[in-house]
Amino acid sequence: MSSTNFLHLPHQQLRRRKIFGGIKPAPHKAASLRSRIMPMPLPPQLILPINQYHGTNSSPLVKVGDAVLKYQALTEKLDHTGAALHAPTSGRITAICSAPIAGHPGNAALCIHLQCDGDDNSLELQPCLNHDQLTGFEVLRKIDAAGIVGMGGAGFPTAHKLRLAIEHGTELLIINAAECEPYISTDEALLRERAREVVIGAELLRTACHAPRCIIAIEEDKPAAIAALRSALAHSPIELMLLHSTYPTGGEKQIVQAVTGLEVPVGQYPLNLGILVHNAGTAYAVYQAVAEGKPSISRIITLTGRALQTPKNFEALIGTPAAFLLKLCGVQEQHHLTTVMGGSLMGLQLAHTEVPVTKTTNCLIAATVEDFPQPEPELACIRCGFCAEVCPARLLPQQLYSFARTHNHTQLQSYGLDDCIECGACAYVCPSNIPLVQYYVAAKQDLRTLSVAREQSEHWQTRFQFHQYRTKQEKDSARERRIPTALFPVELLPTDSSPITSVQFSRQLAQQEIADAVARANAKRISRLATDTQMPQHPAKDKE
Amino acid sequence: MITMLLIDNFFINILFAIAALIGIALSIRSSLAFWYSTSNQQKTLIDQINALLPQTQCGQCSFEGCLPYAGAIARGSAINQCPPGGEATIIRLAQLLNDYPKPLNPAHGRIEPIKIAFIREAECIGCTKCIQACPVDAIIGGAKLMHTVIASECTGCDLCVAPCPVDCIDMLALPAQNPWQWQLPTELQSTAAARR
Repeated sequence: MSSTNFLHLPHQQLRRRKIFGGIKPAPHKAASLRSRIMPMPLPPQLILPINQYHGTNSSPLVKVGDAVLKYQALTEKLDHTGAALHAPTSGRITAICSAPIAGHPGNAALCIHLQCDGDDNSLELQPCLNHDQLTGFEVLRKIDAAGIVGMGGAGFPTAHKLRLAIEHGTELLIINAAECEPYISTDEALLRERAREVVIGAELLRTACHAPRCIIAIEEDKPAAIAALRSALAHSPIELMLLHSTYPTGGEKQIVQAVTGLEVPVGQYPLNLGILVHNAGTAYAVYQAVAEGKPSISRIITLTGRALQTPKNFEALIGTPAAFLLKLCGVQEQHHLTTVMGGSLMGLQLAHTEVPVTKTTNCLIAATVEDFPQPEPELACIRCGFCAEVCPARLLPQQLYSFARTHNHTQLQSYGLDDCIECGACAYVCPSNIPLVQYYVAAKQDLRTLSVAREQSEHWQTRFQFHQYRTKQEKDSARERRIPTALFPVELLPTDSSPITSVQFSRQLAQQEIADAVARANAKRISRLATDTQMPQHPAKDKE
Repeated sequence: MITMLLIDNFFINILFAIAALIGIALSIRSSLAFWYSTSNQQKTLIDQINALLPQTQCGQCSFEGCLPYAGAIARGSAINQCPPGGEATIIRLAQLLNDYPKPLNPAHGRIEPIKIAFIREAECIGCTKCIQACPVDAIIGGAKLMHTVIASECTGCDLCVAPCPVDCIDMLALPAQNPWQWQLPTELQSTAAARR
């Protein structure tokens, strides 16, 4: 339980709160915000990765050749870190096999391939009209069944996060609508057009996690979205907080700092402070799941970049290939340099555009040379310290850079590489054009491999020690077994006056046994000598 | 003059004796302290070295296991006798011991990708010899019954292969879990330059 009380926070702040450090890149959001959120025509095929969040465990419920209806469940989660997946449209399952997905080159995952039949036949939905009277548990169950994951980017299953929040005790729910990264405009478009739904979703989330206070935090450079939110919040206990527009205010730990002024300690989460952060897109998905009964089958994706004739926001079905969406926006192949999934600072370059969009894809940038000019050659670090000034995690990027170059793992850890959120602010301001984040990503991977190997070797060491202990025990017990404890002759039992060790005791016993055996053998030999003279052969041997 | 000299000699002798006594006492104390400190340091040093070794317990270093080899290194054995650890282990050991990294001693084996043991179960006669050889108890099975290797526990030490009377144990390469590796931009440039 957290002891922090957030009720003392002022309702409206005169001075916009700021995060530590941060940069102010050009937003590039106007192009995609010129039109409304557009519905998308059905693509011929959908590719649905079974695990929408890395590290989750889901197994398919359908077989190849099955006909499925829209909203039908395709996978079931195997543990709490998984989320269910539903059919975005009706059609037939043509394959369940490994297919390329976004990420590093050659990244592939198990995907369900759905051939769309174009009819869009759906299961009957069960809308809930009295959603404001539901209990927290009922809301949580509906969110769980709808397979909602965090729409901000990390994709952590929402129901699991809520459960953790209930365990920790939540004092404050923050709806993150900061959306600070350049090019991405999904939350702004969503709030501009569907602010009422987002507010209802936020109220449902608040019911689910029993938070006494809820704040919607948005950057101040989105006037249309703020106006829409103000009118939607007119009779609601939920508050609106405007933030300084700085990148990366939208990071989970950063928005906590911007809203409450508290810093999340190293190695902890906002949950440890009694704060729960959810994205505005997640709140909208919660509204759809609870009020309309719709599982999470679509999300709003920004399509932008100078290679597109008509940049816009789409309500895209999960599993749509990126190439299909780019074609809808009129991609000009002659200018198209590269495609980036995500924003311009944290996004991943796509190796090819046949990869599907997932529940966490918020933006596709079809970039020209003007968007992403060829990087200048990397120069030596001049230790100007600009990177340390902008690092929102208050790290020392130049130190981390030199330790990463020399593979100094102990120093990397003690300088807090694990707290790096890979926001790219340091590389953005670097006058020597050093791609700092690439160094950190590689170094983080090194540290992970090392720690896995160390855990493995410790495990083997304990097993080896146990093996040695076990073999020694077995040897000892075998030696013990040779001493018949119950048949000790009374005169040999140790007395109190002369304590003898078990070794001496067994030695005495052995000597006694040897003496007995010799006596028996002698007796036998004497008797045999006596009988041999009388009986020449054993009678039994004659019969053979 | 002579008496003066005698007195001088006498005093000088006494002074020498006192100095010698103090010297002996100091040397005993320091040697005692040195002995204490080295014995303690050695213990922690062995643990530090042991933490760097891969703990496969394969015995290729010609010692019984990783901990005995760690003890031997602490007493001055060569650091380049661990093939499963490879170059990375040698470099880390050299850093720890302020030594120069050396190439792996080929007498102790070659650096090979990690493999694990696999018993062809149809051919196993149930002799339990591999079970006795396994240093981490990763093989299960009873006498005259089929044995099998717990893949997640196998260190790939190779020790079960030799005792098997029917040669039914294979060392199989592990399937690569994550073939993609992020590389430092400097290393990327150097590999690109090497390709050119």
